[in-house]
Amino acid sequence: MEATEQTQTAAGAKRRVELLRFTTAGSVDDGKSTLIGRLLHDSKSIFEDQMEALQRSSDITGGGEVNLANLTDGLRAEREQGITIDVAYRYFATPRRKFIVADTPGHVQYTRNMVTGASTANLAIILIDARKGVIEQTRRHAYLSTLLGIPHLLVCVNKMDLVDYKQDVFDAIEADFTDFGTRLNTQDITFIPVSALKGDNIVERSTRMDWYEGPILLNHLEEVYIASDRNLTDARLPVQTVIRPQTPEQPDFRGFAGQIASGVFQVGEEVVALPSGLTSKITSIHTLDGDLETVYAPMSVAVTLADEIDISRGDMIVSRDNLPHMESQLDAMICWMDEQPLNPARKYVLKHNTHTVRCMIRSIDYRVDIENLQHVEEVGELKLNEIGRCALRTTAPLLFDAYARNRQTGSFILIDEVTNRTVAAGLIAEPVKEPPTPQFEEYAI
Amino acid sequence: MTVDIETYSLSHLQALESEAIHIMREVFAEFERPVLMFSGGKDSICLLRLAEKAFSPGRFPFPLLNIDTGHNFPELIDFRDRRAAELKAKLIVRTVEEAISAGIARPVPGETSRNRLQIPTLLAALEEFRFDCAIGGARRDEEKARAKERIFSFRDAFGQWDPKNQRPELWNIYNGRLHPGENMRVFPLSNWTEMDVWQYIAREKLDLPSIYFSHTRDVIRRDGQWLPVSDLLPLKEGEEPQTLPVRVRTIGDISCTGCIESAAVTVEQIIEEIAAARVTERGSRADDKRSEAAMEDRKKEGYF
Repeated sequence: MEATEQTQTAAGAKRRVELLRFTTAGSVDDGKSTLIGRLLHDSKSIFEDQMEALQRSSDITGGGEVNLANLTDGLRAEREQGITIDVAYRYFATPRRKFIVADTPGHVQYTRNMVTGASTANLAIILIDARKGVIEQTRRHAYLSTLLGIPHLLVCVNKMDLVDYKQDVFDAIEADFTDFGTRLNTQDITFIPVSALKGDNIVERSTRMDWYEGPILLNHLEEVYIASDRNLTDARLPVQTVIRPQTPEQPDFRGFAGQIASGVFQVGEEVVALPSGLTSKITSIHTLDGDLETVYAPMSVAVTLADEIDISRGDMIVSRDNLPHMESQLDAMICWMDEQPLNPARKYVLKHNTHTVRCMIRSIDYRVDIENLQHVEEVGELKLNEIGRCALRTTAPLLFDAYARNRQTGSFILIDEVTNRTVAAGLIAEPVKEPPTPQFEEYAI
Repeated sequence: MTVDIETYSLSHLQALESEAIHIMREVFAEFERPVLMFSGGKDSICLLRLAEKAFSPGRFPFPLLNIDTGHNFPELIDFRDRRAAELKAKLIVRTVEEAISAGIARPVPGETSRNRLQIPTLLAALEEFRFDCAIGGARRDEEKARAKERIFSFRDAFGQWDPKNQRPELWNIYNGRLHPGENMRVFPLSNWTEMDVWQYIAREKLDLPSIYFSHTRDVIRRDGQWLPVSDLLPLKEGEEPQTLPVRVRTIGDISCTGCIESAAVTVEQIIEEIAAARVTERGSRADDKRSEAAMEDRKKEGYF
């Protein structure tokens, strides 16, 4: 069954169908693609022509079983080599939620893709082969998921069928992961024993693991509480463009358009435009469907202000009593994504929200060895798929919050000025200096 | 838009709408000469609505472009022209026919569908008007190769998509930088499914070409599909046209667009029908059935 915009709860109350974005990481061997295939198949999201295409495709597994992994491996080279090269996005829905799955390969050389998939996810599924337990790759996935600020981790101990569905195997893995997980900065970890191949605890509760009483996979994806994942505290509107119709009906309309990065805005509220520091009041929040009184992240809006102040793309409208940092020197974790290594002698283009500046890397403080999570100091460059802590200087101040507090205003990408390729993802660290206290005398012109 | 000030939550449609509006505005801000692909089909009708919303109360700042195969359902062309006129938008039409006469598009003997011939026609149109960005209504749920394509999909000077050399796309930060001659295809509906599109049409009460709804039509059964009888579809031996209540789920070249048997005459009935459907919408397009990688190959040549 498919979702409509609202769904009826048992109590009869209308509830909205929410969007949950999750990422899956794991190698082919962990049965990741099989797990996604199983979720799609058992939630009736695979259609007859897709099944036919699967049956037509050459690699049907032994015993006449369709290889569910082929549902997600879309490119010819992937099918030929039996690997996943790129992030693939999959969609399915239940009456409760609509799901966007970023399916990413798990090998070390694909850190780039994992980071990409993780950047927008509410939840990460980490797959562990029950026979192998927690391995380096598991730690890498967990580390990257928490680094990228994914609020919920779901550890699926897969291939339980191959360990006779034994509880002690599952318990040992849970203890092992928990021991390691305490060193990660994450609050919510859930463990589920599954067999993707046989369908145990994916959509239907397994009858072969009576000892397990926790949630099953689809159930957990439908129930996990995501409303508090968003930052609703720090009101931030990065301005994308200014809408000025200049028509006879709307001669003076100036709407500052953008997608609210975090927080809540209300008509009548006092706001500050940065970097100018000029204050004003929100007079209206316009949409084609009528004006609104209250708006919040991640809505796309156009606001009008009481005063005619100069605001353009790259500026930010924020709450008067809660300001972001405004610095041109900052520290960040940089995930390098290009074949050409980071070269500190070069300048890069930095895009942060809607603001594009140039920047230089002043120093690489350390690199994180993602095999053992140790810090390696005295590194001269960052190569493809390496992650390091860097000090940057930008040509104009950035308006930001630390990534750990605000994924939207704490992130940026780096672009090579010559090739135009996106070469890195940046996660801004909490600066030592406090954000400015709201004292507008200093700013006001 | 309904606002929920108790939980500050958004429905999935609101979240998808907001994402698409953000993408439209990024296109406007980052490109010199963007164009919006408008065929009159249901996905591009949603795109047009989102463009209206993104720049309201102003008008959306893109001209519309349609690559006309000449193998059309007339209802679609009527709708396209009417909708563009209603919105007072500039509509540019470039036809495969003209491209063939000019020697830009060259049909292969025996090729009946003109979908492939749209590629050189589109590339020539982009060049003619020096468009650096084309906004399209493609969705990732349509096909396996599309599932791996970025929202901002970079194309080289030949319009080609290189799946192994795509720009990483993180958060909601898009990299729209280009060298002269290169261009970008942007897909604001990337994260929408067929069901989302229909729910949005229902919510926004959007007008559609009549062929999306049940009507009677002469069709023949070929390769497991009901194909519409037209001058462009020579009957093979033993093929008997039948008159059936049908509708189309996706619209392409008329010679390869399959109809489905349907009694659905309202958007709500279509939504019910799709909820129960057991075949994807692309399953009714003969052009995608040719090989496992048909779409991937066409995209590499410059297809949407």
